[in-house]
Amino acid sequence: MNNAFWSLLRKELLLAVRQKTDVVTVLFFFLIVSSLFPFAVGPESNTLKLIGPGVIWVGALLCSLLALHRVFEADYNDGSLEHLILSGEPLTILVLAKIISHWLITGLPVVIVAPLIGIQFGLPPQSLLLLLGTLLLGTPVLSLIGSIGAGLTLGVRGGSALTSILILPFYVPILIFGAGAVVADLQGLTIDGHISILVAMLCLSVALAPLAIAGAIKIALE
Amino acid sequence: MSFWKYSSPQYFYPLAKKLASIFFVFAICLTVWGLYIGFFVAPTDFQQGESYRIIFIHVPAAWMSMFIYLMMSFWAGIGLVMNTRLSSMMAHALAPTGAMMTFIALWTGALWGRPTWGAWWVWDARLTSELILLFLYIGYMALRSSIEDPRRGDKASAILALVGVVNVPIIYFSVQWWNTLHQGASVSFTKSPSMASSMLSGMLVMALAFWMYSIAVSLIRVRKIIRDRESNTGWLNESKGAG
Repeated sequence: MNNAFWSLLRKELLLAVRQKTDVVTVLFFFLIVSSLFPFAVGPESNTLKLIGPGVIWVGALLCSLLALHRVFEADYNDGSLEHLILSGEPLTILVLAKIISHWLITGLPVVIVAPLIGIQFGLPPQSLLLLLGTLLLGTPVLSLIGSIGAGLTLGVRGGSALTSILILPFYVPILIFGAGAVVADLQGLTIDGHISILVAMLCLSVALAPLAIAGAIKIALE
Repeated sequence: MSFWKYSSPQYFYPLAKKLASIFFVFAICLTVWGLYIGFFVAPTDFQQGESYRIIFIHVPAAWMSMFIYLMMSFWAGIGLVMNTRLSSMMAHALAPTGAMMTFIALWTGALWGRPTWGAWWVWDARLTSELILLFLYIGYMALRSSIEDPRRGDKASAILALVGVVNVPIIYFSVQWWNTLHQGASVSFTKSPSMASSMLSGMLVMALAFWMYSIAVSLIRVRKIIRDRESNTGWLNESKGAG
């Protein structure tokens, strides 16, 4: 990877460190949304154990949706996105740098905190580890695919609601296999298939999503 | 080569009208024939009685929902790569028909599932992926209509359609890849069909009828889109003045 990739990554992380509100807001949203469900369905531990993996996964998914606007919007508004396109560096590499930094800022904290929420739901240690693993595999895919939606709707009216309608259908398979792995494991079934498909989705999206996103950004800035 | 002139909205516009009339005639004849086979020729099913006859609407609609999505992404892709307006207009015209076919497939499926499976809806692989297909159509139409600049809207929604095309093989192969409640493939290119031949022929005739209808209605819709987008051109104003 060339210099442009690393310097862009470094710049994004530096910006995030200087303005920590983004990380903290997303994290607290995750905590609060996950806590809503025990309030809603009652504290009975068997129910919570059943719905726990799904609730935590949906919480992570909603956090990913919530944080999407900050991938490109600020740069689009102040013109730096145009500079990135005009810089002559391959746009797919720059896009990858932006998304990796986005995931490190908004996705990784959620992944780290998720096992703690899992304890709240009464999940056993093996499930917590599996939850950590599936989220670690799945949240980058959420960031990558979500950024396709963010790139397509740059500067469009209807903003985040429109982005949500566009990308939630693509989020569904990740949710099915990610949460499904933890649930299946709790029932004693093998999860090799689930993990394989999650890894496959990660590989495919790392390879192909930057192409789609670069195309979408160029269209938005024509 | 004079054939290529039809890739211009100006020349395609009158051709679309003529073609649409022909396809509508085919659609009506095939529908009448198909429904005749479906209601009067095909026998009563051993297990399901008469309720299976909804297959003559459900399966053609489902086939068309997948096929139209493939066509829509094809034309959107052509419009994106070759920068042709008419291709993107055609993709835009196909979307509502595809969405309607998906909705009909889901709705008739629910009506069929209630007496046979005992449930209006199950979360199995095929039904879930068909529901996602409906959301993909709606997302495509939503993105297209929320971007004001037509050319930018064409290209952005083309990317969305192409990203979503991976869902169609998933729907098609879902009954092979997963244990599902939905019936497996009874019709394939490699084996003889596992249903009575009159049922099969009724289904195929109705599928053809739905196809003819979809083409006809999409051609009419693309004419409307051409009128909207080319409203400031000379040829359109002349033809309006003349006819």
